[in-house]
Amino acid sequence: MTTHPGRIGALGVCLALALGAACGDDGADDASSGDAAAGAGPAGTLDGTVTVFAAASLTDAFTEAGERFSEQHPDVTVEFNFAGSSALREQILAGAPADVFASASSSNMDEVVEAGEVEGEPTVVVHNSLEIAVPPGNPGDVEGLDAFGDESLLIGLCAEDVPCGQFGREALAVAGVTPVHDTDEPDVRSLLTKIEAGELDAGIVYHTDVLSTDGGVEGIEIPDEHNVVADYPLAALARAGEPEVAGAFVDFLLSSEGREILESYGFAPA
Amino acid sequence: MTRGRGARAADGAVGDRPPWGVVPLAALTLAFLIVPFAALLIRAPWSSLGGLLGRPIVTDALRLSLVSALAATALSLIGGVPLAWTLARTDFPGRSLVRGLVLLPMVLPPVVGGAALLFAFGRRGLVGGPVYDGTGFLLPFSLWGVIAANTFVALPFLVVTVEAGLRSADRRYEDAAATLGAGRWMILRRVTLPMVLPSIVAGAVLCWARALGEFGATVTFAGNLQGRTQTMPLAVFLALESDRDAAIALSLVLVAVSLAVLVPLRDRWLAA
Repeated sequence: MTTHPGRIGALGVCLALALGAACGDDGADDASSGDAAAGAGPAGTLDGTVTVFAAASLTDAFTEAGERFSEQHPDVTVEFNFAGSSALREQILAGAPADVFASASSSNMDEVVEAGEVEGEPTVVVHNSLEIAVPPGNPGDVEGLDAFGDESLLIGLCAEDVPCGQFGREALAVAGVTPVHDTDEPDVRSLLTKIEAGELDAGIVYHTDVLSTDGGVEGIEIPDEHNVVADYPLAALARAGEPEVAGAFVDFLLSSEGREILESYGFAPA
Repeated sequence: MTRGRGARAADGAVGDRPPWGVVPLAALTLAFLIVPFAALLIRAPWSSLGGLLGRPIVTDALRLSLVSALAATALSLIGGVPLAWTLARTDFPGRSLVRGLVLLPMVLPPVVGGAALLFAFGRRGLVGGPVYDGTGFLLPFSLWGVIAANTFVALPFLVVTVEAGLRSADRRYEDAAATLGAGRWMILRRVTLPMVLPSIVAGAVLCWARALGEFGATVTFAGNLQGRTQTMPLAVFLALESDRDAAIALSLVLVAVSLAVLVPLRDRWLAA
């Protein structure tokens, strides 16, 4: 008998808690927009936080750029979220609190622009070219893209849906090679790991990835007439919490100092 | 066992009135578990579902998932039950350490587990290297690699469940069988295993469910190729990059298959 009102009461509590949680979320949003107003410090110096969503291949270069920027603006905190460009695009479109977006492909940036999330126009900050990565010592005697059609070798590519897989297939198509590959890796990092471990004889990655392994893999150049150049567009986002800080970080990356840092990691000037 | 049921029946009147706070907490917990699935259902592209599900990428992935999860469960049963028995019924130095090691794949991030498998059984691996040089046999990038990754990650669930069952089983039945002249194999086959059968089934179901959802170790160790090594979770992850509707449709298939297996089994074995 007493159990029935008890159960209804329990449901009531849940409902109240659920509503309370929703209200709590709204409050949090208000608080962050309040911060935005206080973005620029009283003396005109920058202070606040900039949250940068950047393609995984930019990890090392952007981390250094962020440190340099923070040295120049001690009151600014630069926070990074590095992931595959398409994953970042999804997060931004789902309302993640991003101030700056740097994508490893124009198509992902285009979708963010179309959704009205970009402040102004994106700028291509650097280029990256493709390279064949092989394990140290090149056990498969890979000499060029022709090896990707060799059934006796273990070959890896990035999956077709991620930029490095798309560009890699374009390069193979231009070279007239039909790949006979053994795995479509979900991102360039996992492809590199398998090549470094010697489990694959070759894969197509970015030039900067080969440099980042510090000798873990060897790079074999793809001739210019077959190579595909990837653009890295950069933009401040429309919903940036502190637009001045976001704009300043974008300007820094596009400055000669910023570009110099990026180029030191193997990126080609835009 | 019969003793347990009798006690529960006697407590029946008390059992109907839960202690204060338990039911609201249970309801909240349930909501936390169910709401994401409801959200998935709401976002599902129902009108185009039929077309999406007929694609070869879906049928290939579903077939590979079912085959590899089933094979991993079978291998776990063959190897896991003896391991559970040894841990529960024998005493040897370092047993608690071994018990901890068995749990390792449960806490290890699956991607790390996959890398460890690569270092052990890959072409240049500790064991895989000599095997490859001698026979040309290669686990990575094959269905056997998927099964190995699934087994590595899912096996502990079976071992832990069966070991707990063995420890709580009443050993007097085994002693009685021994005094009646039954041999060790006879006792294991006719007394011990039937006694812990619910634990074995529960462990096998957990193991199968874990194997079905396996992603990290599989993609790291076995790679990802449609029709060869691409299971449902891999297909879902990659579809998420390009085609969200397809990813949701694939997830729904995975959820439906799991429910179709788990609900009847739980009803029959765990709720009794």
